[in-house]
Amino acid sequence: MSLIETRIPRPDTGRGDAVVRLDDVSKQYGSGRTALLALDRVSLSVRQGEFVCLLGASGCGKSTLLSLVAGLDQISGGTLDIGGRHVSLMFQEAALFPWLSVRGNVELPLRLQGVGRAERRARAEELLETVRLRGFGDKRPHELSGGMRQRVALARALAQNAEILLMDEPFGALDAMTRDILHDELERIWREQELTVLFVTHNVREAVRLGDRVILLSSRPGRVIEDFPVEHARPRRIDSPEVSGQAAEITDRLRAEVARHAQ
Amino acid sequence: MPSEVSEVSEVTTANEVTTANNEISGLDALELGPQTAKGALGRRVYQSAWPKLLAIAIVLLVWQVAVWSEWKPKFVLPPPKTVFTDLGNLIVTADFWSGVGLTLSRAVTGFLLAVVIGTAIGAAVARFAPLRAAIGSLITGLQTMPSIMWFPLAILLFQISESAIMFVVVIGAAPSVANGLISGIDYVPRTWLRVGQVLGMRGLAKYRHLILPASLPSFISGLKQGWAFSWRSLMAGELLVIVPGALSVGVRMQQARDLTDSSLVICYIIVVLIIGILIDVLFNIADNALRKRWGLS
Repeated sequence: MSLIETRIPRPDTGRGDAVVRLDDVSKQYGSGRTALLALDRVSLSVRQGEFVCLLGASGCGKSTLLSLVAGLDQISGGTLDIGGRHVSLMFQEAALFPWLSVRGNVELPLRLQGVGRAERRARAEELLETVRLRGFGDKRPHELSGGMRQRVALARALAQNAEILLMDEPFGALDAMTRDILHDELERIWREQELTVLFVTHNVREAVRLGDRVILLSSRPGRVIEDFPVEHARPRRIDSPEVSGQAAEITDRLRAEVARHAQ
Repeated sequence: MPSEVSEVSEVTTANEVTTANNEISGLDALELGPQTAKGALGRRVYQSAWPKLLAIAIVLLVWQVAVWSEWKPKFVLPPPKTVFTDLGNLIVTADFWSGVGLTLSRAVTGFLLAVVIGTAIGAAVARFAPLRAAIGSLITGLQTMPSIMWFPLAILLFQISESAIMFVVVIGAAPSVANGLISGIDYVPRTWLRVGQVLGMRGLAKYRHLILPASLPSFISGLKQGWAFSWRSLMAGELLVIVPGALSVGVRMQQARDLTDSSLVICYIIVVLIIGILIDVLFNIADNALRKRWGLS
């Protein structure tokens, strides 16, 4: 597939190398007495081709962590290394631009990279095919449903040719049925494109459904509490006994953490 | 390719792919819902036209009743029938159209000038914080200034000339245009700005691909308001600054008043009103087209 061929070549060490490494990363907003510590000495690493879910209650700094990895924000302490790899970030809102058609939105990252018109068009078609939206290129974003818009956003993120895909509760606003199907889709695309995914969610089952690992963060400040490997065979179903069982275990741990904040 | 991955893709049969495809396109079809049919064109025109026609009929009736009540002598307040007969005779003369042409060309020139100047100022103010602190509120202040206040100064600066009129038209309209652009730029949704950041937009590319298109709706309403101001300023200017030889709508109206020709004065009022409405309709068409395209309505 041309999509993979045009990627930046990387050393052929296969799955296993850390592509994202955080060592004692802290993030503080403001200073003095009003300072807010969002992340407190967080250490974690994500290996090549791994799907890692970050899980936590409100105020655990999940989104902050993604912004830091995406380079949208500066860390206050520790080290963060992504080896200069390209990252792309998806949000809960599709945030497509209404002045562009669906195709125009997918083409935008390519335009910004200076890719020529014909090639851009071909790549966009290929990406729309990937997210199963062939034939919707000429539609306007508002003409699509929420799930379809989120798939366009995914195609736009893929167009950035990033090796690391960061996702900030991307399916949080969708209904259960749509979310279910999009889990399958995301899993397929992750596999086909050999992406490394860092996926933020507050939905425990979703995390277990998708992740190779689920990293549980504490709240205010965010710290890594526990790192749960998920070893059930893929493809998984969100309502399977294995997923439910492990989700229950992680939920108990999460509840204990939330209870800790009781006055 | 890692062995794990190839194993999985071998297991994925063509059948499963079809199922996934069907599931996803089925869901898409359900969520998009059926297209709603629009009514026939004739019916839609009728539905939007009758309230307007009724309003016009009421105005004419009130006017006619005022004439019948002999509140004012007929030569001061002529009945609708006289005025519309005069209007019918007026609009077939070449003189009338040359006057309308002159006035409209002034309006368009002044408005375009205001758009260029307003856009430049708006962009500069939105871009540079100190400039905003310095003249941001001044722009809003200028907007509230009745444009007729500028004429004494304009006449001193430019004498009785086209330039004096243009000066006032531009100074009346440019602040609205600038403000439209500034608020458009200020209120670009945060999520779009984040997307811009993620896509690595910087400097000029950020303006071209994000800020300017995103501020378009606000800019258009600025243009619309700017047009209203420039049209008003122009009418005031044509009544006050009578440039010799330029027989514009305003001048002709002034002449009609000098001849105590009430009917003709009312004819020109109607003409100015109709021009105003027509241009407003054009702006609304542009605005609605944009809203429809963006899915805002």
